[in-house]
This record gives sequence, C-alpha cells and structure tokens, in this order.
Amino acid sequence: MNLKSMSTAVGLALLASTSIASAAGELNIYNWGNYISPDMIKKFEKQFDVKVTVTDYDSNDTALAKVRQGGTGFDIAMPSQTFIPIWIQEGLIQETNPGQMENFKNVSPEWANPDFDPGRKYSVPWAWGTIGVVVNTDTYKGPADSWGIIFDTPDELKGKVNVVPEMNDVIFAAIKYAGGEQCTEDKAILKKVRDMLVAAKPNWIAMEYNTIEKMGAGDFKATSDWNGSALRQRLANAAIHYNYPKEGYGLWSDNVVVLKEAKNLENAKLFQNFMMDPENAAMNSAFHRYANGIAGSDKFMPADMKEAPEVIIPEAVKAKGELQRLCSPETQALYTKIWTELQK
Amino acid sequence: MATAAEIEKQAEAREVRNRWLLSAPALIIILLAASGPLLIVLLYSFLTPGPYGDVQWKFSTEGWISVILERDIFDDTLAFASAHLTIFWRSLKLAIMATVATLIFGFPTAYFIATRSERTRDIWLFLITIPFWTNLLIRTFAVLQVIRNEGIINTALLNLGIVDQPIQMLYTDFAIMVGMVYVYLPLMVLPLYASMEKLDFRLVEAGYDLYATRWQVLRRIIFPMVRPGVVAGSILVFIPAIGAYVTPSVLGGGKNMMFANLIELQFGQGRNWPLGAALSITVMAIVMVALLVYVRNTSSSEVRHG
Amino acid sequence: MAKRFTIRHQTGFTAIAAACFVLLYLPIAVLVAYAFNESTSVSEWGGFSLRWFVSAWNNVQVIDASIRSLKIASSAAIIATIVATMAALATTRTRAYRGLTFKYAFINQPLMVPEIVTGVALLIFFSQIKVATGYSGLGYLIAAHTAFCIPFAYLPIRARLENMDLTLERAAADLYATPWKAFRRVTLPLLWPGIIAGLMLAFVISLDDVVITEFVKSGGQDTLPTYMLGQIRRGITPEVNAISTVFLLLSVVIVTLFFFMSRKRD
Repeated sequence: MNLKSMSTAVGLALLASTSIASAAGELNIYNWGNYISPDMIKKFEKQFDVKVTVTDYDSNDTALAKVRQGGTGFDIAMPSQTFIPIWIQEGLIQETNPGQMENFKNVSPEWANPDFDPGRKYSVPWAWGTIGVVVNTDTYKGPADSWGIIFDTPDELKGKVNVVPEMNDVIFAAIKYAGGEQCTEDKAILKKVRDMLVAAKPNWIAMEYNTIEKMGAGDFKATSDWNGSALRQRLANAAIHYNYPKEGYGLWSDNVVVLKEAKNLENAKLFQNFMMDPENAAMNSAFHRYANGIAGSDKFMPADMKEAPEVIIPEAVKAKGELQRLCSPETQALYTKIWTELQK
Repeated sequence: MATAAEIEKQAEAREVRNRWLLSAPALIIILLAASGPLLIVLLYSFLTPGPYGDVQWKFSTEGWISVILERDIFDDTLAFASAHLTIFWRSLKLAIMATVATLIFGFPTAYFIATRSERTRDIWLFLITIPFWTNLLIRTFAVLQVIRNEGIINTALLNLGIVDQPIQMLYTDFAIMVGMVYVYLPLMVLPLYASMEKLDFRLVEAGYDLYATRWQVLRRIIFPMVRPGVVAGSILVFIPAIGAYVTPSVLGGGKNMMFANLIELQFGQGRNWPLGAALSITVMAIVMVALLVYVRNTSSSEVRHG
Repeated sequence: MAKRFTIRHQTGFTAIAAACFVLLYLPIAVLVAYAFNESTSVSEWGGFSLRWFVSAWNNVQVIDASIRSLKIASSAAIIATIVATMAALATTRTRAYRGLTFKYAFINQPLMVPEIVTGVALLIFFSQIKVATGYSGLGYLIAAHTAFCIPFAYLPIRARLENMDLTLERAAADLYATPWKAFRRVTLPLLWPGIIAGLMLAFVISLDDVVITEFVKSGGQDTLPTYMLGQIRRGITPEVNAISTVFLLLSVVIVTLFFFMSRKRD
C-alpha cells in the first residue's frame, strides 16, 4: 500500500504553507485530449530543456470553469474562438503579444487579425476547421452538400444518421438550414428550428461523438462532424465523403493562450512562438489532422493531408463558411430550451 | 449513593459519546470533501446566472421557479416544466428497473458464492470484481462491442444461420438494461454476499424438516435473514443509477437526456448554474426522503438474534 | 456433507450465477482480444499485434495516468474502509440514540448528489484552498475520492454487522478480554467478509470516477478515466484496451497471490 499518498491526504492541512517550486524548466499545458503531437512535445522539450506536462479537458465549459476558479497550476490552454473573448474579458489570460513575436510573420493572413482577438494580442493559432456533413456514398448517392441530410433525411439514410451532440453546432446548422443567421433571436426562425429538430430526431439513430469508429464500421451511414474526423474516416473507408453544406457551415479555431496565473511565463511565450513555426505546426497537424493557420506549413504536411478536400476548403464553397461567434447569454438561454425540448 | 438508574444513564451517555467519536472521522471527511461544499451549491441556487457560466451575486429565486415552471420561449406563457418531469421520470424508471434486474441476477449469484467452500469464496468474489478494474467507459464500450450489429453475438447468430439479418440490439432499451446490469452488478452482489456469508443453514435445515418447499425456505427463511444485504445493495444500485448517464448514452444512443445530463447541461453549455443547483438539490431531497423511508420500514421488521 | 449440499441448493440459482459470469466476462474477452488488434479500429480485426501495448508503453501521459489512478484508488479505498468500519460499528447494534438517523443519512449523502454537482462544489471550495495555500498535490483528489467511497464501504460492512451474533463478543468480555482485544480477536474476524466487500467496492468506485476528478484535478493530475474523457471528442485509441488488459492482468495476479497466501495460512 501506498503510505506516501496516504500521508499526503492525512497531512493535507500541514502542507498548507509549502508550495511546489516552479522549476525554471517546466511547462504545464491544459488541452483537449488526444490533440497534441507527442513528437512535437519531445522536440520542444529538447530544444528548450523544458519538462512539459499535458493535462486534458473535455469541453470549453469545463476548462473555463476551472481556470476561472484558479489554483490549477496551468500555464497554457487552447480555448476555442467563441470562448476567447470571455477569457479576455474576465482577465484569465495574459497579453503576451504574439503579434510582436519573431515567428508571427508565418501566420497566414486570414488568421492574423481575427475578430476574437484583434491584433493577436493574446493568442496563437493552434488548429482550425469546419463542421459539415459526412455521408457514406455506398448508401446514399444523391447530392449531400446540404444540412437536409440531417434535418430532412432522405429515405435511404433514415435510421442511419448520427448527430454529434454539440448544442451550439447543431443549433447553428439548424438555423442555417431554416434560413436564419447565427445567434438569431428571431422567434419565427427559432420556432421553425425547434419544430424541424423535433421532427428530424426520429430519423436519427444516435447522438454521439464516436463517429470515426461507427462510420468506419457502418453503424452510421451519415453524420454531422468535424472535418479532421471526416478525414480519418475517409482514410479508413474511401466511400466516406465530407460535404460543405450549401446553406452555410461553421468554422472554428482553437488557439494557444497563456494564463494569467502561469508560473512559467517565459516558457509559455517560447511555446507560443514555437507553435508559429511552420515545421512545428505541420508536425502537430499530422497528429491532430486539422489545418493550423500557419503559412508555409503545407510543405511539411503529410502527403495525405496536402490535397485533402476535408482540410483544404474548395474555392467554390469557401464563401459559405462562417466563423462561429459567441451568442449573447439571452440567446444562449433560448437555445438551451430548444435543446432540452429536443432531447427530453 | 448513585441509583442504578443513574449509573445506567451515565453508561448510556458514555456509550453515545464513544459512538460519536468512532464515527467522527467518516463524518469529518464527508463534511469537508462532500457535504460542506454542497452548501455552496445551495447558495448558488438562490443567485442569478452569470453571463458565461458561474453566478452573479444577486439574489434570485428564478433558478428554483424554473425547476417547476417554464416560460414558453414562443408565446411567453408560464407553464409547467414538463420536460424536466419527463426526464426525471426516465431516470427514475431506469433506476428502478436496474435495481430489480440486478437483484434478480445478483441474488442467485451471491447465494452461489456464499455456498461455495470457505476457501474458494474469496476467489469467486474477486471474479465478480475483476472486470471492474477497467473503468466504466471502457466497460460500457466492451458491452457495445458484444451487442452491436457487427458484434460477436450477431456474427455468431448469422454464421449459425439462426438469423439472416443482424438483430438491432444496440441503441435499444434492451441494450441499456444489459449495460446497467453489467455495470451495477457488483454493487448488488457484494453487500448481498456480505450478509449471506454468515447464513445459518441450521435454520434452513429446520425449515426443510418442517416440510417447507424450496421456494418457501427461500422466501420465509433465507430472504428475511439477508434483508440487510438486500437493503444495502438496492441503495447502492438505485441511487447511482438515478444519476447514470454514461451507460444510457453509449448504449442507448444519447438521443434522450437523463436527469444527470439535464443538470450537466446547466453547468455546461446551458450556463445556468442556479437552475443546475436547484435541480440537483431537488433530486437529492427526493432521494434522501425515499432512502430514509425505505430504511425505516425495512429495519423495523429486521430479524435480530443474539 | 451430501445432505448439506442439497439444503443449500436452490433451483436455477447456479444457472443464473453461471449466466452472470458469462455476461461479465464476454465483453471483457472482446476487450482483451482487441487490445491485440493490429488495426486502428476497435471493430475490425486486422491481425494479431502488440503495437498498442508498445504505443501505450511509450505514451508517458497514459502510463502516468494509470499509475495515478491506482495510487488514488488504493489510498482512498483504504482510508474510506477504515473510517467506514468505525462508523459502521458506531451505528449498528444499538438502541436508537439521538443523531443516529442523521448519521446514517449523512454518511450516505455523497451517494445522492449527481457527480457534476459535487464536482462543481469541490472545484469552488478546493480552488480557494489551492490559491490560499499554494498546495495543489494529489491530496485533494484523495480526499474527494475518500469521501464518495465511504458509503460504498459503509453499506456492506453495516449489512454484515447488523445481525452479527453478539454472544461471542459477550463471552470474550466475560473472559476479561480488553475491548480492543475482543474487537481484534472476535469482532474483526467475523466482520472480515464485509470489510473485504467494502474495500473492493470502494476501490473499483474510485477507479471509475471521472466527473469529480475532472473538476478537482490540477495540472498533471489526469487519471485514466479523465484521460479517456478528454479523448471522447477526438476518438479513443486501442491503447486504452491495452492498458485495461494490463490492469486486468494485475488484478488477476493480486487475486492469485491472495489465494496462495490464504492457502498457506490454512
């Protein structure tokens, strides 16, 4: 038995005054699970003689709740674009000014000055992607570039469609299909959205995240999904095809930020700069399978990603992509009610 | 001179004090790391939701009101929050069914173990818990592998020619039940075993001597003797099952919310912590009252000997 | 002997027990089989391979998380079982006294709160302590796990105690055994099956916990379940099957050791 950890518990109060020294050579990363290349970490550790620790979170909400309370010991996190304004507004992250860093010149123009962090004062691009419709073309051969696959399911796909249960993504897609704008409070549109969702649900087989596995094995024949996930599905089964819905699709982007309470500030800044290096960014993309927003990284990308239609948005549908925003709390409350109605 | 009554009273007071001392460590740990912090939740249920999660320090009863009443987002009428009741009912039904099912399967299993020879009992007991060294998620995924259309049951049935189409078991209520029994079985078997292990078979023998049938012996002699184990096991299955959501969503497909999902939604994407807090205190109060009634009723009819 | 056996027999019980063991081990067999699968998918068989064991072995994060899980579970289970045993002794075989029902409800309270709520409450409470003291070690997780493990240890022990024969303890007291001696020599051995059941329950419950851990953990404190939770959106690899197989193997080794040790004692 583990006497050491037992005494840790018992002596909790006694330890009150001691603190864990922040060794110069440490970096504590708080990230989505399975989202960071181990090889890239090793490279960073070697290059700067820093010991990196990675801890996972499962959602933006959990990460925000924990960081807001403080005391977690993290230096770096990767919140999504919708959440970054909140992190800034609540003073959770530091103005490290990546826009002034040496490698900033590599950031591709469309990600150099985003709305969620004007002038890139806080954040560095980590990964970005799209949310669309994945269809197994063995089962359904018709045109699939529409949210109609999900919300107005064709007969061949009835009972075989999955929906990834991300409330905001599903509502975004449903609003687009109903002809509205994101974050709309228009009751007429929302009523349409609710009725449409409730009517569509019986045609779905499930609402879950495990799409790579289930699309590959054939439990699902279509699903809403992230593009990187779709890429992995196609590599397993060539009949699987990713579609950009013509009604409009969501764009997202996760970004590297440095927490206010970071104990290893210098290492965290080094990491931000490190991530804007094309070779490093490509190394990471090869692992998480998403684009990274760093120009010049494409030549270091693995072959199966260089031309992948899931990663490189075709010119013809580029205009239909829209970066998802954070909706107002009042709007969010409406969406939560619709969601509860859908899943009750 | 102290009267006998006084001495007895003193002894009794001493005993009560000792009993408090003996239970103090457990009570303190629970106070510090479970119950105490819940006061925060109680407090939060009376505050206003923060714009992006958390709370604002402004008194409000909105959280509590919306447990029961709901303002329709379209016609603005105040109506009974039927969605909450539907979801609670689903969780409650599942918990009751899971408790009954684990009892049906767990009772014979615990009895089987308790009637093995003394030396092998521990081994059987360990065999019950070994699958639980993996964790809940992976265990549920393992069940999924067995019952899905490409899983071994369907593959076997197809190969044997018993069916010509895979039977859709995954994403059905049947799948959820199998999963619940699978996940909660040891919670029923272990306490049952603990109270059966010391079963006095002389009483059973006496029963047979009086020409009781096996069923009568089981119902009239064995069952009353192991009742504390049945109570403990039922509590351990029923209460966690009310809060279950991993198993129902992995095996049931996650199209319908469980009560725990509803609460989680408020603390997560719904960003309504006061409502989440009020919902959880509501369910806690219901379960607590049910538990006390259950325990009071079952322990009054308890068999005591010695 | 033969007669005793028939007395103990109940029609159909052995069959149901057998069905239970099959139900318990069939999925486990599949889980273990897929740990040796060459393919990335856990649904298609791609031939025998040890690649997932190798890859898990090289994955510092998953190895650390597994060891941390075992550490927390064994600490929490042992502490919880000790205090639960004491509490069970204090709340059974007695006339009703003031506070008895309260104690019972209080001890079982951690069962009744949805995990997310305890998680959020502990997050708020422990974060204050973390910020104030600067200590952010495993102690918080062990304390939290111990608290919710207590009812799981308490209930089987209590069930065992509830109608345990008092005669032997009285006899011991009559023979001038000290209370401690009477407890150690008489009560404890009689109580042992309940304690073992409680300990095992507490251990597996701690090993399973994900939501509370997710909220309480600090940097570098992932357990195996929170590690898996983090991967849900991105897909879980068969590395987890490999790790689980190792855990199962470990538990079998411990059982075997136990078995031989108890044999020696006999």
